[in-house]
Amino acid sequence: MSRARADEEEYWHSSKFRAFTFDDEDDELSQLKESKRAVNSLRDIVDDDDDDDLERVSWSGEPVGSISWSIKETASSSTSSLEGRDSGLQKGSSSYAAFPKQVSSYSLSSLFKGRNKLPSFQSLSDALSDTGVKNYAPELRRPKAEYKDYSSDWSPKDTVRRMQRGKVCSLERFRSLQDKLVLLDEAVAGHDGNVITAVLIFLKRTLRREILFRELEVRQVALCHLIHFLKEAGEQKLLLDLLRFLDRTEEVALSQYREHLNIQDVEKRREFLKGCIGLPFSAEDTSHIQDHYTLLERQIIIEANDRHLETAGQSEIFRKYPRKASILNMPLVTTLFYSCFYHYTEAEGTFSSPTNLKKTFKIPDKQYVLTALAARAKLRAWDDVDALFTTKTWLGYTKKKAPIGFHRVVEILQRNSAPVQVLQEYVRLVEDVETRLNLATKYKCHDVVIETYKDLKDRIQLTAYKCKVERGSAEEEKINSILNNMQIRWKN
Amino acid sequence: MAFAGRRDVPEPPDFGILKRLARDQLIYLLEQQHEVDKLYKVDSRPALSTSDQFCFLVRPRIKTMRYIADIVNADKMSGRSRKYKIIFSPQKFYACEMVLEEEGVFGDVTCDEWSFYLLPLDEDIISMELPEFFRDYFLEGDHRWINSVARALQLLNSLYGPFGKAYGIGRCAKMSYELWRDLEEESESDGQGRKPEIGNIFLMDRDMDYVTALCSQVVYEGLVDDTFRIKCGSVDFGPDVTSSDKSIKVLLNAQDKVFSQIRNEHFSSVFGFLSQKSRNLQAQYDRRRGMDIKQMKNFVSQELKGLKQEHRLLSLHIGACESIMKKKTKQDFQEMIKAEHSLLEGVDVRESTSFIEEHIDRQVSPIESLRLMCLLSITENGLIPKDYRSLKTQYLQSYGPEHLLTFHNLKRVGLLTEQAAGETLTAVESKVSKLVTDRAAGKITDAFNSLARKSNFRAISKKLGLIPRVDGEYDLKMPRDMAYVFSGAYIPLSCKIIEQVLERRGWLGLEEVVRLLNGNEFSVSDSTVEDNPTWESQRVILAVFLGGCTFSEIAALRFLGKERGCKFIFLTTAITNSARMMEAMIEAKA
Repeated sequence: MSRARADEEEYWHSSKFRAFTFDDEDDELSQLKESKRAVNSLRDIVDDDDDDDLERVSWSGEPVGSISWSIKETASSSTSSLEGRDSGLQKGSSSYAAFPKQVSSYSLSSLFKGRNKLPSFQSLSDALSDTGVKNYAPELRRPKAEYKDYSSDWSPKDTVRRMQRGKVCSLERFRSLQDKLVLLDEAVAGHDGNVITAVLIFLKRTLRREILFRELEVRQVALCHLIHFLKEAGEQKLLLDLLRFLDRTEEVALSQYREHLNIQDVEKRREFLKGCIGLPFSAEDTSHIQDHYTLLERQIIIEANDRHLETAGQSEIFRKYPRKASILNMPLVTTLFYSCFYHYTEAEGTFSSPTNLKKTFKIPDKQYVLTALAARAKLRAWDDVDALFTTKTWLGYTKKKAPIGFHRVVEILQRNSAPVQVLQEYVRLVEDVETRLNLATKYKCHDVVIETYKDLKDRIQLTAYKCKVERGSAEEEKINSILNNMQIRWKN
Repeated sequence: MAFAGRRDVPEPPDFGILKRLARDQLIYLLEQQHEVDKLYKVDSRPALSTSDQFCFLVRPRIKTMRYIADIVNADKMSGRSRKYKIIFSPQKFYACEMVLEEEGVFGDVTCDEWSFYLLPLDEDIISMELPEFFRDYFLEGDHRWINSVARALQLLNSLYGPFGKAYGIGRCAKMSYELWRDLEEESESDGQGRKPEIGNIFLMDRDMDYVTALCSQVVYEGLVDDTFRIKCGSVDFGPDVTSSDKSIKVLLNAQDKVFSQIRNEHFSSVFGFLSQKSRNLQAQYDRRRGMDIKQMKNFVSQELKGLKQEHRLLSLHIGACESIMKKKTKQDFQEMIKAEHSLLEGVDVRESTSFIEEHIDRQVSPIESLRLMCLLSITENGLIPKDYRSLKTQYLQSYGPEHLLTFHNLKRVGLLTEQAAGETLTAVESKVSKLVTDRAAGKITDAFNSLARKSNFRAISKKLGLIPRVDGEYDLKMPRDMAYVFSGAYIPLSCKIIEQVLERRGWLGLEEVVRLLNGNEFSVSDSTVEDNPTWESQRVILAVFLGGCTFSEIAALRFLGKERGCKFIFLTTAITNSARMMEAMIEAKA
């Protein structure tokens, strides 16, 4: 969730507060904090006595621990918010005076009213400020009989409604399966995911899982919510049981496979992936998982070997081009690049040789050539580049062939600052005349330009090109001799 | 500049009030109520502070709750006593409290809510700053943010008066609207009887139109967003833009006099504008030659500051343009745009497919490759199985096998599908249908459809005429329709729908399009609001994008507004673009 974090960061920058580091040192401020702490702790002592006898009840109806100081804290503000709400409701106009900080002349009532209308459902103060004490009554400690009377007040619909508004509601009284399902259906009909999830948590706690699963199978919206909740809460086992129950075998497999992302140790990761191969993936995905495992296995071997080579300092290539990062967990193409870079000439038998990788993972020619080209060009090994595209015809002639367009070859070579002599050889092979001319002009492959114009019988362009080449150079001479060639039938 | 527009375009309502409300509310929460004196950023590292009171301002996420619970429990173990306060924004979820309870810290922690729903990014853009909406709703099918949307509408309604007419399309749009009406009915809104400031509202789900969001943006603001990422209305221009060694944070909105003139322009006309502007500026500077002392004094005191400011902005935007150009040339932008246009038009599909293939093989960018594949899939109603398999394999080889999970996600939301996939879906559907009554079966079919809908793009495009016929060059400086935001090649589908519905004042005559979009359209008039055509508010339209909206769409609707003499205001769950959408689909470590 690094994106979300980055977005959050914006708030810190744009707000009046600034995010800062923990080693922030500011003498004056720390003094201020010191005194503030002292004052705060004083208040704690004072507050503690008053609130000891208060107990709170959670939305599921279970009493929770004492929250003495917090009740005091919110209660202190509840008077002001109560006033704010009252006058806001009665007059429908500004009532901001109740708040300690009046900043602008704008009416703030609507917003604060909004806040009061949807109070945090567990905050005592807000509940009090709602419609008086009566609504809140069930949540306070009461004699048992009375408690029961009160809590059965709300119909499923009202319960959902109240929960949507963030109010406290006990779900414990929905005990029969039918009641529970009516409650769930109401929650779904209310379109509020928060409430749907809350009801599901309650059902999950109070129903045997097979029964819950069975009911969810015909309630797709609720089902999505439970799956999402289980994913977020990390309840992997229950999630897998649910998916198995639903016969969603592929999701079972993917969900298990997903766990490898959280395993840091490569050996453990490899072992885990090995276990994933047998999962019920589609045939196509099974081979991807198999490849994932094989790749990591290879990388571990290569990494161990190369680290040794590098530290020993015997191998020239590692001395000349020290590795920037480990090859572990890199994609296949990156691994291929690596092996073309460091292990190009190795025999097919070794795990680190490019040909071995190509065979094992059935890398298409196109992909292989692109990667090998990029790696060898980076090393400026032009002979290797040459060999990559040279094929022998059955008559014994050599011929240049590439599974990718030669304009791509040129581009990659150029990016690795190949000399003109190398470059022009490939520019010449670009089939499309216009692209060839463009590339040749751009990269100053004069010979190719001159020959192309000659082939096009374009005297005007050829003459014009003369000013692009150096005076007295071989190229100029060449242009002159072509222009003087009487045998050419110029088209212009 | 490019569009002169009509003169009678109404004024937008003042959003300054929203900003102030949010700020005051936060300050109130932090300072008055909890006496917070310093803010820390919730981070993965443990908080090492000696303060005896912690206040967390967080999103309601289970992971964050665990993080906080760990801190509390660690303190407990070491016998340290502190106060803990969690402020949830925009609201608290029950699931979060359940976690606190489970972790045994319920009661040690108090909770509050900062009901922050609306952040005005500009005079016509309000963002809910909920980028997670997209994944939560469209991928996971979680309705947790619908309540927030409804509350945002309620707040707008109470501040700017009732909306006279509401239109919408999409499941989420419908649900949000219903929940909002529910809230309104319950509270005797004081907005009733008020003179409305926003006459129309149009809600749309992002999955009605993925195509537009997947296209490369070529209007300036969109291009800046694609290249540098605009966050909360501001952008970080790095050293390559500022031509110094430090980054500068720039606020991008209507206040920036240079930016406001080029933001909606096609990139090709931005250069010309900037250089003209520089020449003018130079001329103004030059005037000081030959001034006497008094004139000079005047110049320095009155004009110089403005000129300097303008100079600063100009050089920043010129730097940004240069940087964009440099990056785009490196990436074969021309070729890519060509491929995109072919896909939109449905020609040379083979060529585009091999372009994408090569893009993947060369490891150009995992996000861009994914985006192009999605665009291919949506415009073609899914990839043919052979292509799907081969592109997927190559993608996994180039960018890592764990993207298997990404492909699964994309299939689920219907962004990247295999043409045969529809059949397996129907199989499950019919199997489930047998088990239940007809009514429930209909619901299930709906649910399935929402998860992986056929895009039908080609048919919709034909029906609405989204690909303008080219007769000669499309003059990007004097655009004739909204297609200019995509170089004249394509009218954004989302904007076209809005245009059509507003023109017809309803969905009448659009039945076929609605059917292809899988229905869920609505159009409701508020009977309590007089249909008074003289009110300016009739010409103000709130366009609500559920799941994100791009700057290209904003530019297109701004253009439409100027043409038709109306004003669009944008409410979006977040500003999005193709990269953000793709990133939301990628699985990451837990």
